[in-house]
Amino acid sequence: MRYIGKKLITMLVTVLIVTLLVFFAFRVIPGDPAVNMLGIKATPEKVERLREQMGLNRPLIIRYLEWLKDFFFGDMGKSYSYGSSVSDMLKSKIPITVALTLISFLFVIAIAIPLGIHTAKHEDKWYSKVLDVLNQIMMSVPPFFIGMLLTYLFGIILRWFTPGGYVSYRDSFAGFISYLILPSLAIAIPKAAMTNKLLKSSLLKESRLDYVRTAYSRGNSTSEVLYKHVLKNAMIPVITFLGMTLADIVAGSLIVEQVFSIPGIGRLLITSISNRDYPVVQAIITIIACIVILNNFIVDVLYKMIDPRISR
Amino acid sequence: MRKRLVSILTVLLTLTIALSGCAGRKAGDSSKIVVGIPQDLEDSLDPHKAVAAGTREVLFNVFEGLLKPDENGELIPAVAESYTASEDGLVYTFKLRDGVKFHNGNRVTAEDVKYSIEKSAGMTGEESLIAAFSNIKEVNITDKDTVEIVLNERDVDFPAYIASVGAAVIPADNANPDTMPVGTGPYKYVSRSPQENIIMTRFDDYWGEPAHIANVEFRIEANNDAMILALKGGTIDMCARISASQTSQLSNTFTVYEGSMNLVQALYLNHNVAPFDDIRVRQALCYAADKQEIIDIAFDGKGSPLGSSMFPAFGKYFMPELTDTYTPDLSKARELLKEAGYPDGFDMTITVPSNYQPHVDTAQVLVEQFKRIGVNATIQQVEWNTWLSDVYANRQYESTVIGVDASQLTANAMLGRFYSKAEDNFTNYSNPEYDKLFEEAQVTIDDDKRTELYKKMETLLAEDAANVYIQDMAEFVPLAGKLDGYVFYPLYVQDIAKLYFKEQ
Repeated sequence: MRYIGKKLITMLVTVLIVTLLVFFAFRVIPGDPAVNMLGIKATPEKVERLREQMGLNRPLIIRYLEWLKDFFFGDMGKSYSYGSSVSDMLKSKIPITVALTLISFLFVIAIAIPLGIHTAKHEDKWYSKVLDVLNQIMMSVPPFFIGMLLTYLFGIILRWFTPGGYVSYRDSFAGFISYLILPSLAIAIPKAAMTNKLLKSSLLKESRLDYVRTAYSRGNSTSEVLYKHVLKNAMIPVITFLGMTLADIVAGSLIVEQVFSIPGIGRLLITSISNRDYPVVQAIITIIACIVILNNFIVDVLYKMIDPRISR
Repeated sequence: MRKRLVSILTVLLTLTIALSGCAGRKAGDSSKIVVGIPQDLEDSLDPHKAVAAGTREVLFNVFEGLLKPDENGELIPAVAESYTASEDGLVYTFKLRDGVKFHNGNRVTAEDVKYSIEKSAGMTGEESLIAAFSNIKEVNITDKDTVEIVLNERDVDFPAYIASVGAAVIPADNANPDTMPVGTGPYKYVSRSPQENIIMTRFDDYWGEPAHIANVEFRIEANNDAMILALKGGTIDMCARISASQTSQLSNTFTVYEGSMNLVQALYLNHNVAPFDDIRVRQALCYAADKQEIIDIAFDGKGSPLGSSMFPAFGKYFMPELTDTYTPDLSKARELLKEAGYPDGFDMTITVPSNYQPHVDTAQVLVEQFKRIGVNATIQQVEWNTWLSDVYANRQYESTVIGVDASQLTANAMLGRFYSKAEDNFTNYSNPEYDKLFEEAQVTIDDDKRTELYKKMETLLAEDAANVYIQDMAEFVPLAGKLDGYVFYPLYVQDIAKLYFKEQ
């Protein structure tokens, strides 16, 4: 319990630091939301008046504290460029990115775990060597590039899907999920390759330990030893890695959304940054930071459940 | 074990293929079209606050002012049935059309019109974006369907401002114009999703000729290339402003309309920065820049070369003869540079917004052309927001390639910015003679005399080599084969109401 309490405090501090960094980062990069809103109608006088109206002329620290207070009470403010409330905008975007992340994560698990076990079991077969090389290649290709290859292959040559033909989940859920499959694969492939490699080496390392020999000597079959004893121990590093991977997938999905024209959080974030739409950027980054931090927390707890020695 | 693995993988793969197959849109949906737009309307949907041209061209379908422009650039009555101007030009009286309804079903009243004009003019405390509206003294309701607008000073261009989206008539009792726009146009707003789409549906109680197509979705694409992909894939039916090379990627199932962008693309020079304060240097650059070569190299030969700050769609103001004020002549250019004291040329920076590929391409050709006279130009690509604040608002730049368009069809919209005291004079151009002509034009009522003055101003800009004028860029509008009826406007407008499905 003390462990969890301590973790919670660290989490809070981390979120605070993130919000602070985001808030002040915008002071450093050039550009002004008032100028952006006025576009080519911007004249120094108009910009000044609009800045005053938007409250941009007040001291930074006061604006930060106010934002923090509002955010804490669930008010994320109003988008400068869209004029609508940030929480309304995010409500329709978050499910898209969450769906993309979850499908990718499922792909990682569905591909990496069976493959890892299989290759570890048949490590001496000829095709294991081939798979190793392939795996190495897949690990090093970035998701957006895989995304472009998949678009080219399935969209332009085979015409199995329409590039840019995103279907909203409000129109057709099946269409929505099926459009997300290729982008999810693009995100999942490099991560699955890494997980596969890790699982395989972890399994091989475990299987050389003494307790495995004991298990065999008790008359257990290979499968029994593998699934009842070795796998459980070999999964400890893999679970940590999967936890980190989930956070990576969130980041990866932001980029892959651009490649596949998926109107999720990523596209909103990138346009909002170039528009200097502070309220939107702050809300999105804070939410992503919370997701990542929460995710790490869950991994820690899970980790502890599998291996009780860790809390000490 | 191996068997099971193989079967899992097979199932996954089949699922991927099967589900991907059904992601396409239902073909033959004849009640809806999808229009691709290359950027989101990162803007308020309140017509009085919308600034971006991209927003205004979409909102044109939702909103109308008392007057509105037609495809020839003429002003036609919209919410108003007719109007008269008083003898001294200070009072405009608009008679409202009978039975014009808002999208919420209410009738347009004189109170709504008064509210809209006052809101748009910034008289209700909000920032006014139409500079000319600061000239409004008062708005009076004379009877239940007549509104009179009183000006402080005479302004012949006033009706043109009344016809812009920025002066749209909206209900006085609307709660939230930012997110729930209500207008009187042929289409009514349904919903929007940032970075995804804007959906509209036909307004059946429209006072004029109703739209042909019932539902319209403006779909936001990441960029022009994504838009071409979407056109090819059939997820969008039309889009505007693609380049000549992009049209060549499309199959002949599309009808491609060719028009012009109605803007003045030029290398705009900051006259406050040496050596661009020297007319000889500016002229040298004009002689070195080969417009036709730029159009041939970067625009597949499509585009109309220009010689001053006016484009052909303006008709009576446009002077085609100015295009040849400076024909490419390298020896003259070198001569002029020598006279100006730069026999070996000089270094300069061209700032270009990186999101406008055509301007970046143009700058690249210019760099090569200027090399021929020893001028060493480097391109600095900046983000659009940085361009707006550094180049446009703060005028901290040497030169920039950009296209300047007209928000109203008035000569002032193009020529007003070169008045030395103009707020939007981002080139810092200053010429007492020009200022005198401009001031005179503002108070001249006779149309012929006014046109004459504007022509003199254009000529002055050309002779002064105020900027290195290049072209009015060509634009291409591909339309899916089943559609017809696209019309170009001399303004930044997409009129969806005129589109219709061909008889099969």
